Amino acid sequence: MRRGLASAFVPRLDGDRRERSGAVSVTVEAGSGLHSDAGGSSPAVSVRGLRKAYGPVEAVRGVDLEIPVGQIFALLGPNGAGKTTTVEILEGYRSRDAGEVKVLGCDPGSERSRLRPRIGIVFQSTGVEPYLTVRESVMMYASLYPRCRPVDEVIDVVGLGEKRDERVVHLSGGQQRRLEMAIALVGDPDLLFLDEPTTGFDPAARREAWEVVRSLAGLGKTVVLTTHYMDEAQYLADRVVVIAAGRIVAEGPPSTLGLRDNSGVRIRYRPPSDAVPPPSLGGVANADGFVEVHVDDPVLALHDLTGWAIERDLPLEGLEVIRPSLEDVYMALTSGADGGGKR
Amino acid sequence: MSATALTLSQVRYVNKAFWRNPTSAFFTFAFPLMFLVIFTALLGNGTVHIGALAVKESTYYVAAMAAFGVITACFNNTAISTTVRRDGGILKRMDGTPLPRAVFFASRILHAMLVALLLVAITTAFGHIAYSAHVPSGATLFRFLVMLLVGSAAFCALGYAITAVIPNADAAAPIVNITILPVLFLSGIFIPFSNSTPEWIQWVARVFPVRHFAVGLQAGYAGTPFHWRDVAVVAVWGIAGLLLSVRFFSWEPRQ
Repeated sequence: MRRGLASAFVPRLDGDRRERSGAVSVTVEAGSGLHSDAGGSSPAVSVRGLRKAYGPVEAVRGVDLEIPVGQIFALLGPNGAGKTTTVEILEGYRSRDAGEVKVLGCDPGSERSRLRPRIGIVFQSTGVEPYLTVRESVMMYASLYPRCRPVDEVIDVVGLGEKRDERVVHLSGGQQRRLEMAIALVGDPDLLFLDEPTTGFDPAARREAWEVVRSLAGLGKTVVLTTHYMDEAQYLADRVVVIAAGRIVAEGPPSTLGLRDNSGVRIRYRPPSDAVPPPSLGGVANADGFVEVHVDDPVLALHDLTGWAIERDLPLEGLEVIRPSLEDVYMALTSGADGGGKR
Repeated sequence: MSATALTLSQVRYVNKAFWRNPTSAFFTFAFPLMFLVIFTALLGNGTVHIGALAVKESTYYVAAMAAFGVITACFNNTAISTTVRRDGGILKRMDGTPLPRAVFFASRILHAMLVALLLVAITTAFGHIAYSAHVPSGATLFRFLVMLLVGSAAFCALGYAITAVIPNADAAAPIVNITILPVLFLSGIFIPFSNSTPEWIQWVARVFPVRHFAVGLQAGYAGTPFHWRDVAVVAVWGIAGLLLSVRFFSWEPRQ
């Protein structure tokens, strides 16, 4: 049972998904889902000019989003950036001050009851009735939805097969989170919200949770994920929107987010101690003798550097071109706005 | 699933969760018995005069403690466990599902009624065996059961209503106690009213639902007069509680 399921997810994961993240994916993924009834060409989520203030604090200040059906979409940002507020408006938990919002064709503010049967939510912090077993909990939630997935299958998908008769109160934190994923999934939603699904996990539990999320994509679900972990967004998402202080500061596929231009590219190498590199490529060596320089055009700079070295028959130990990681990009994007969301 | 089927299936899950916490379940049922033993040990040999009737003190306390047990199980427990579940995010998750609000409340109130029924059966059996208290039967039993079911539903609804003014789980028990304990005392639950009971206390008892409920149950055990007016007062309180819950109930933790 479990094996068959797992292999059923595989085809779409590594071929399809990775390939897609290379391209700028604003196009609609059609027909990949089991339930792509969200209206053929209309996006799963569409947001224009969303604003929300709590008293004098503006949590969300003009956010636009468009999430195609079948995409894993990550909302990335530091704590207090407005991620959860944005997602809770999409889920129908919060009202909005301004802006247009359509989720699966419904306005979550006024048509929440139409939306509820079609979305699944893993909250940042919620609980499950402690005295029911895993299986009973999932069954109970299954009974609330008009159409639902087979309970045992869902429990296997999240890897709780061996714990199915365990009471919730006896599960570890990571297992409880996976149970919440099972509950979010059992109503067979078209759209899944995962609000910081792995916060507080140990590395192994995170890996496991990631595999679960990827397998959800294999079921053709649209997934909206919020996270403040760069690697999580990089590993899972087709497209990332970076949000800071209530505004979008960057967006694109995770692989291209750090490549938007060559700014921040560095060349690092260790020249022999007696050699003097060309002035444009020199610098103060660190304690280990490495020189690290920021360059505008890495191709030209490498040409100059290697030309200089070959001419003099010098080794360039540890030569590397360093592109800013998503983390560097993220830090640069969000540092200016830090603290703007929380006052 | 139809609304009725869904309600019954919810009752089953609520019931399962209730019995899986055996300590809580045990004390729910043991609490009124414990007080029954204490009060009858202290005062059990006297008589209480209700109108022209002289009622054995032990019989009076079987009725009073049955009422007390139902109020604790339905009002106190509902308010406290709901606040704990609200703080724990269980209610927020429920709110994200298509579960109709009416089904949520109906199933939980129905479960409270079942618990009340069992609790009163145990108290009655205990009262009969230990103090040879009268067991309601026939038409008396029917009226007794109506009072019991209306009362348990009403106090459960009031338990939901009061969660609106409870800020967090830690505050739940104190707020519940400060609201219910004075009313219990001022309704003659622990100390029977007498001719010298001050007028203002009798007025308090007339306004709140506790005494009406206790007097209604008492008719089943002690043969005192039964008034449908008592059922009506309790029902009005219950409906008010339900309306307040619908209006002010919070599914998310309050900050």
